[in-house]
Amino acid sequence: MSMKCDVVVVGAGPGGSMTAKTAAAAGLKVVMLEKRQEIGDPVRCAEGVGKRVFCQMVKPEPDWIATEVKGARIYAPDGSSIVMSEDKGGSEVGYVLERKVFDRGLAMEAARAGAKVLVKTRALGLRMKDGVPCGVSALRIGEPLQIEAPLIIGADGVESKVGRWAGIDTTLPLKDIEICAQFLVSDPKIDDQYTEFFLGNTIAPAGYAWSFPKGEKLANVGLGILGSRSKPGEATRLLCAFMKSHFPNGKVVEMVVGGDPCSGPIESTTADGVMLVGDAARQTDPLTGGGILNAMQAGIIAGEVAAKALAAGDLSKAGLKEYEDRWRADIGRHQARSYEFKEFFVKLSDKDLNQLIGSLSKEDISKMDLRGMLRVLFKLNPKLLWELRHLVV
Amino acid sequence: MLTVNRYKCCYCGACVGVCPAAALELVETWLEVSADCKECGICTKICPVGALEVRA
Ligand SMILES: Cc1cc2nc3c(=O)[nH]c(=O)nc-3n(C[C@H](O)[C@H](O)[C@H](O)COP(=O)(O)OP(=O)(O)OC[C@H]3O[C@@H](n4cnc5c(N)ncnc54)[C@H](O)[C@@H]3O)c2cc1C
Ligand code: SF4
Ligand code: SF4
Repeated sequence: MSMKCDVVVVGAGPGGSMTAKTAAAAGLKVVMLEKRQEIGDPVRCAEGVGKRVFCQMVKPEPDWIATEVKGARIYAPDGSSIVMSEDKGGSEVGYVLERKVFDRGLAMEAARAGAKVLVKTRALGLRMKDGVPCGVSALRIGEPLQIEAPLIIGADGVESKVGRWAGIDTTLPLKDIEICAQFLVSDPKIDDQYTEFFLGNTIAPAGYAWSFPKGEKLANVGLGILGSRSKPGEATRLLCAFMKSHFPNGKVVEMVVGGDPCSGPIESTTADGVMLVGDAARQTDPLTGGGILNAMQAGIIAGEVAAKALAAGDLSKAGLKEYEDRWRADIGRHQARSYEFKEFFVKLSDKDLNQLIGSLSKEDISKMDLRGMLRVLFKLNPKLLWELRHLVV
Repeated sequence: MLTVNRYKCCYCGACVGVCPAAALELVETWLEVSADCKECGICTKICPVGALEVRA
C-alpha cells in the first residue's frame, strides 16, 4: 500500500502527538505512525510534570491526571530531609499523570485536529530520492506501507532510529543515560501529597530513587542509575533493595523499566527533510530526567516550523533552522545548565550530599525556587560547590 | 553471540538507544539483534533486568 502526505511523524508519544496536532491544526496533511498496538503502553515513566507549563500547552482532561501534589521532599543519604513547595520550587512536579490515558488522549487530539494516526505501524527506514529523504517505508500490521512525504519527524523516543537513518548519530554514551526501574506500589506509608526524592550512592549510584504518588496510597516507586555505573540487572536489583529498606510492606502491582537520556543538547536535531523531537532529540532534562514537557514544547515548535517551511518550499536543513534556533534558545539553554549540575552531582559522595542537604535544614527554603535554593546552598557550602560558582549568579 | 533472555526482557528499548552499531530493534515486545552486532557488550551492562548476555 502507499499514501502521500505533507508530514510523517514517527512515534505517538507526547512529542509526536504535539507535533502532529500542531501541524494538522496549521492545515498540513499529517500521518503519525506508532509501532505499538496500544499507544502509551507499556509506560516508561514516573509521570510527573510541572502543572503550570503543562496547562499552558494543553487543557488536561480529568482522567489524564492521577493526582496533584503539594511539593517535593528530598532525603539525604542519612535520612534527613528538606521540603520544597510546589507553587515555587519544584516546577518538575505538580501533576502525576496517568500516561496510558494521557498519551492516548493526546494522540486523539492530534487525530481530531486532522492527523491520520496509524497504530501497529513501524517505520523501517527513510525513502530517498536524489540523496534527500522523501518519505518512510513502514510495516503496518505486518504489511508493507510506503508513505511519500517531504518532511519526516522523528519522535521515536529513547530507541530512536530516524536520526541515525538521516545521518545524525544519537547513540547515547553510557554516562549520558539513566537506567531506571520502577514499581507501582500500594502501601499505607506512601505520602499522597508530596513527590519524594531519595539521594545516596548505595540507593542509586549517580541517580536517585523516587516516590511519585498516584492517589490513595499508591505511588510510582522507582530509581535511576547512571549507565556508566550500571551492570546487568543492577537497576532492578537496587529497586528491590530500596523497597526492602523503605517500603517493606509495599505491594507491587506493576513493573516499569526504561532508559532516560541525560546527555544535554546534542549537536544537531535536523537534517534535510528531517526534524527530531523529544527523547529522539535527547531533549530531556539531564539532572531530573524529566522529558514530557520538553518533548511537548519541542513538538509545538516542530509543528509550527513544519508549516512555515512547507509554505516556503524549503525543507532543507537550512530551511528547518528555525526549529534548531527556537528549541535551543529555551529547552537547550536549560538543558546545558542542568547538564553541568548533573556532571557535578554524579561525583558527590554520600558525605557531600548529607552536608548539602543538612546545611539547608535551618533555612526556610519552602518558598524558594530551584535557583534560589542553589544560591543559598552556594552561600552555605562555598568550598564544596566552588566548581559551580559560574552557574549561581 | 548476543543473546536475549525473552523471559526477562521488559521491552524498554534502553539497549537500542546505547548500541553504537544500531544493531538492535525493538518490535513491540520482541527485541531483534541484527548481523551488525559487534558483540561489544555495551548493551548488556545497562539492561535494567539483565536480559542480555554476550556468549562465546
Ligand atoms: C523510568 C522513567 C521515568 C521517567 N519519569 C519522568 C517523569 O516523571 N517526568 C517526565 O517528564 N519525564 C519522565 N521520563 C522521561 C519521559 O518518559 C520521556 O522523556 C517522554 O516519554 C518522551 O516523550 P517522547 O514523545 O519524546 O517519546 P516516547 O514517549 O518514548 O514516545 C516514542 C514513541 O515512538 C514509538 N516508536 C519508536 N520507534 C518507532 C518506529 N520505528 N515506528 C513507529 N513508532 C516508533 C514508540 O513506540 C513510542 O511510543 C521518565 C523516563 C523513564 C524511563
Ligand atoms: S534493555 Fe533489557 S529489558 Fe530493555 S529492551 Fe533491552 S533487553 Fe529488553
Ligand atoms: S553487543 Fe554491542 S553491538 Fe551488539 S547489540 Fe549490544 S551494544 Fe550493539
